[in-house]
Amino acid sequence: MNSEEKKIILKTEGLTKHYGGVKALHDADFTLADGEHVAIVGDNGAGKSTFIRQVTGVEIPTSGKIYFDGNLVNFKTPADAKKAGIEAVYQNLALADDLDVPSNIFLGQEETYFNLGPFSFLNENKMFKQSIDVLAKTGIKIPDIKITMNNMSGGQRQCVAISRSAGFASKLIIMDEPTAALGVQETKQVEKIIRSLKENGVPLIMISHNLRQVFNLVEKIWVFRQGQIVGCVETSKTDGNEIVSLITGVKQGVGEEASFI
Amino acid sequence: MIQKQKNFISSYRKLPPEFNIFLVLLGIALVFEILGWIFIGQSFLLNKRRLVIMILQVSVIGIIAVGVTQVIIMAGIDLSGGSLVALSAIVAASLAQNSTYTKAIYPHLTDLPFIVPVLAGIACGLFAGFISGSLIARTGIPPFIATLGMLVSARGAAAWYNNGKPVSFLGDDFTALGQGAWPVLIFLVVAAVFHILMRYTRYGKHTYAIGSNEEAARVAGINIVRHKIIVYSIAGALSGLAGVVTAARAMSAQAGMGMMYELDAISAAVIGGTSLFGGRGRIAGTLFGVLILGVISSGFVFMRIDAYYQDMVKGAIIVGAVIVDHYRNKKMRNKDKDT
Repeated sequence: MNSEEKKIILKTEGLTKHYGGVKALHDADFTLADGEHVAIVGDNGAGKSTFIRQVTGVEIPTSGKIYFDGNLVNFKTPADAKKAGIEAVYQNLALADDLDVPSNIFLGQEETYFNLGPFSFLNENKMFKQSIDVLAKTGIKIPDIKITMNNMSGGQRQCVAISRSAGFASKLIIMDEPTAALGVQETKQVEKIIRSLKENGVPLIMISHNLRQVFNLVEKIWVFRQGQIVGCVETSKTDGNEIVSLITGVKQGVGEEASFI
Repeated sequence: MIQKQKNFISSYRKLPPEFNIFLVLLGIALVFEILGWIFIGQSFLLNKRRLVIMILQVSVIGIIAVGVTQVIIMAGIDLSGGSLVALSAIVAASLAQNSTYTKAIYPHLTDLPFIVPVLAGIACGLFAGFISGSLIARTGIPPFIATLGMLVSARGAAAWYNNGKPVSFLGDDFTALGQGAWPVLIFLVVAAVFHILMRYTRYGKHTYAIGSNEEAARVAGINIVRHKIIVYSIAGALSGLAGVVTAARAMSAQAGMGMMYELDAISAAVIGGTSLFGGRGRIAGTLFGVLILGVISSGFVFMRIDAYYQDMVKGAIIVGAVIVDHYRNKKMRNKDKDT
């Protein structure tokens, strides 16, 4: 079996989302092979985040099909997508600021002593130890994980958010602008985590505005424009100019002077 | 030596957050104690009778406050507590009448075992809480409006239930629940149970998470609708229990009971350190908040100051507690910005 015939982990057919009259996403056909790392790029309002929200069950598509891990899926809630093995890191970080690190890492999937539904007693020790393991695996250093999130720096918060998804045995990780609000050192840390995911064969979809980062990290780039997928190119066979002209829709608009991108 | 010092510092840092509120409670009590010696010539604290009455008076508020605290931690609000006390009290009392009274509401349902009216009262509150919770979670209307509607409707239902007439001649088994130390005991057990649930179970963790960041809780896979309904139902059930205790204590029930109790309960929660912005607060703090309210009322009576002043001061204290909370939040937000 060569790499061309790799198992398809995620596939969408004609995925469409309309908000009233606004066509946020129209007829998107997308495929992702197992172990593959891809980026989704596009201008603001191109439909990138909308696409992610359909795949992760945060919203329900207007029409279209989603196949995950070989099965036709119909996620009604984020919990369904999580159960299937899709972990997402959202742009707004999606952390509960008043809770500590283990509570955030295990939010919605807490370890308990025995199951009594909502009134199950939490196994705080186990979550504490596993959190330390998870953070160690991703190389993140947080001095005291018992302090609450609002006492942490933006980088530490992002790292917790990422390790939450990377820490569980997931089949697909989706990151929406993972380094948008981070400094240089923190960005490097996050990129290191992404590379370690690649080594472990965990497939990844990343939304990013940072083309340098995209070219460094992923092998395929999907370009969205005005709610539609306008292209999919392999990183090794393209350059910044082609991507930018796909993003903007202007074929010859970007000259040599824009090559700094 | 250095090791010892370190231990001392770390043990100080580990003091529960309720310690500050306890100091406030102690401070207020001491002020009354000193004023008492100066102006009245007797001790405020060294009077067992006064302390007993004080704790008895606040235990009904305390039972409601335990539920309200959970709602506020979830970034909601429950204004219906006082009205649910009246409604549940009347419903419970109507099933607790003794057969010697010939004009009982349900002539065939007299001399029932005391557990029947108790459960009926709690169920009544639970049902009302379930309605408020469902409205809030499913339609997305602000909790303030939903529970304000319940506040008005439940008061109306309480008056409608027996055409505005009081319900009395209650069985001795039932009224025993309101006598002696029972109300205090019920309050303490309720507070302990929910303190543990909030601190150590999935229920508590999700309540804090929703109050802290509802969107994060939703994408983490928490069933927000179900959880909100559960929390409001529990708050309703506790108001129902408070109604049962009130009826038992008064040995009768009428539609005007529990007026403004919801505000006292919210005050107790806020004074006890629960943030109106959600995500922060503990039942143990509310326990001290309730005691602070009790000490203030009891202190004003002790000082023979008019009840009007008491309400004015209580209002000022509530606003003060919210201002403190507001600045604490602002400080945290600014800290986020810096980083």
